[in-house]
Amino acid sequence: MTAIVNDRSAALARERRRMWRTTRLAWMLLLPSFIFLAMFTFYPIGYSIWNSLYKDNNATIRTGPVYIGLKNYITLFTKDQIFKQAFINNVIVAVVTVPISLGLAIMMAIFANKVKIGKGLVRVSFFYPTLLPMVAVANIWLFIYTPGYGMLGYIFNNNTWHFLTDPDAVLWALIVMMIWKQAGYVMIFYISGLQNINPELYEAATIDGANGTQIFWRITWPMLMPTTLYVMIITMTNAFKLVDHLYILTKGGPGNASNMLLFYVYQKAFDQTNYGMASAITVVVIVLLLILTCVQFFTQDKRTFYA
Amino acid sequence: MTAISAKQHREKKAAWKMTPGKFLLYFFMYTFAILCLIPLVWLVRTAFVPKELELKMLAVGWVPTFSNITRIWSMAPWGNYYINTLILVAGVLASQFVTITMAGYAFARLNFYGKNTLFILFLTQIMIAADVLILPNYMTITRLGLNDTLLGAMMPFFASAMGTFLMRQTIKTIPYELEEAAKIDGCNLFRTITQIYLPLLVPCYIAHGLIAASYQWNNFLWPLIVINKPAKRLLTVGLAIFAQASEIGALWSDTCAATLLTVAPLLILFFFFQKRFIESFAHSGIK
Repeated sequence: MTAIVNDRSAALARERRRMWRTTRLAWMLLLPSFIFLAMFTFYPIGYSIWNSLYKDNNATIRTGPVYIGLKNYITLFTKDQIFKQAFINNVIVAVVTVPISLGLAIMMAIFANKVKIGKGLVRVSFFYPTLLPMVAVANIWLFIYTPGYGMLGYIFNNNTWHFLTDPDAVLWALIVMMIWKQAGYVMIFYISGLQNINPELYEAATIDGANGTQIFWRITWPMLMPTTLYVMIITMTNAFKLVDHLYILTKGGPGNASNMLLFYVYQKAFDQTNYGMASAITVVVIVLLLILTCVQFFTQDKRTFYA
Repeated sequence: MTAISAKQHREKKAAWKMTPGKFLLYFFMYTFAILCLIPLVWLVRTAFVPKELELKMLAVGWVPTFSNITRIWSMAPWGNYYINTLILVAGVLASQFVTITMAGYAFARLNFYGKNTLFILFLTQIMIAADVLILPNYMTITRLGLNDTLLGAMMPFFASAMGTFLMRQTIKTIPYELEEAAKIDGCNLFRTITQIYLPLLVPCYIAHGLIAASYQWNNFLWPLIVINKPAKRLLTVGLAIFAQASEIGALWSDTCAATLLTVAPLLILFFFFQKRFIESFAHSGIK
C-alpha cells in the first residue's frame, strides 16, 4: 500500500520536474517577445494610467509632475470641448464607416468572386487602397476635394464646394475617404468567408426555387455572420487608430470639426506638451478598445482564439 | 460526391439567366470598380504629365515625362528616405521572424505553467496596438536615448503577437512525428527548429512578412514623433513634410510624383503577387 503511494508520489514528482523543465524552456523561448511586449505594451499602459493622475505640463517642468488625482479626467469630461468633439467624432466615424464598409465589402466580395470578365482588375481596384499609407491617401483625396481645380470641383464645374474647410462637411468627406480605404481590406475577409460556404447549400436552395435575394438573406448572410462579427471589431478599432490623414488634410480642423481622440493625444502631447492630459486621453482610448475587444471575445466563438 | 455537386452547381450557375436586376447590379459594381481605380490612375497620370498640363485633367495627346520625378528628387533626400525605410522594414522583419518563431513554437508545442496567462498577455498587443501608445512609448525611447534613431522607430515592433499566433497555428498543423524523428536522430531544439520547422514555415514567413512589411512601410505617426533629423526620416514622413511645403502652391505634379515614389514599391509588388498579398492579408488578425 505504502509502496504504491510512494510510487505514485514519485511519479508525480517526476512529472512535476519534467513540467518545470518544459516551463523553463518555454519561458526562455518566450522571453525575447515578452521583453519587448513588456517594454512597449504592458509598461506603457501602466505608465499612462499613472501619469494621467498627475499634472504634467509646461508649468510643472521645474517642480516635476504634481499628483492631482482624477482632475485630468474631470476636466476632460466636464470642461474640455475639444475632447468632447473628438469623442463624438470618433463615435460618428465608427457608427457610419463600419456598416457602410461592411455592406460595400460584402457586395465587393460577392462580385469579385462571381465576376468572369476582368476578375484580376476588379480585385486590384478594390484592394489596392489597403496598401497605400494614409499619408498618400490624404494627398490623393486632398486633390479630389480641393475647391475649384480639384477633381470634384473640376468635373462639376463648382467653385463653392469646400469639403475640407466647411465644419459641417469635413467629417463626412473624411468618412468617405476612410470607407474607400478600408472596404477592400474588409472584402478579403468576406472572400475567404464566402469560399468556406458549402456550395451544396446553394444547390439545395436553387432546387427549392429560391431567388437571389432569398439566397442571400437565408444562406450567405447568416453563414457570413462569424466573419461579420470579426471584421466589425477590426473596423471599429480602426476608427480609433486611423488618424494619419488628419496631419495632412485638416490638422483636426476647421475648429476641431474633424479632430479624433488619437490625434488629440498627439496635439496635447507634442504641440502643447501637456503629458498628463495626453495620458488621460490615452487611457480613455485604451478603455474603449478594451471594451470593444471584450465584446468581441464574448460574442465570438472562442474556438477562433484557441483553435 | 462533393466535387460532382460543385460542378453541377457551377453549371447551374452558368445556366442562370441574366435578369434585369442582376444586370443592374453588375453594371453598378463594374462602375464602382472603375471609380475605385480613378484615384490611382489620376495619381500616375499627374506624376508623369508635363507640368503645364497638371490641372488640365482631360488633356490628351501628351507624352509621359520623368521630369516631375527628377525635379522632386533633388528637392528632398528621397534616396535617404528609401534607404531608411528599407533598413526599418528589414530590421523589424528580421527580429520578428526570430521572436515569433520562438514564441510560436512554445505556444504550439510545449505545455507549461502560465501558458494561458501569457497567451492573454500576448493578446493585449493586438487589442491595444502600438499606435495608441505613442506618448508613453515616446517617453521610453527618449529615456533610452534612442530619439532620432531608426532603432527607436523599430523597437516597439520587435515582437509581434499577431505573428506569434500565425506561427502557432501553422506549427500546430505540422505533424509532431517529424520533430520526434529528429529528436531520436539526436537533434537539439535549435536544430529541430531550424532544420525541420523552418523550411515548412516559409509560406507563413512570407504571409507575415508581407503584412508586417506593408504596415512598417506605411507607418507614419510613430516615426514622425521619434525621428526629427531630416536625414533619418522615413518615406511616409518625408512625403508628408514635402507635401505640406508644396501644398500651398498646389503643385500637383510634385505632390503626385512624391506620392508615387512612396507607394510604388508596395503597389508593384502587389501587382505581381496579387494572390499572395490577398491571401496573406486574409490571415492577418487572429483567425
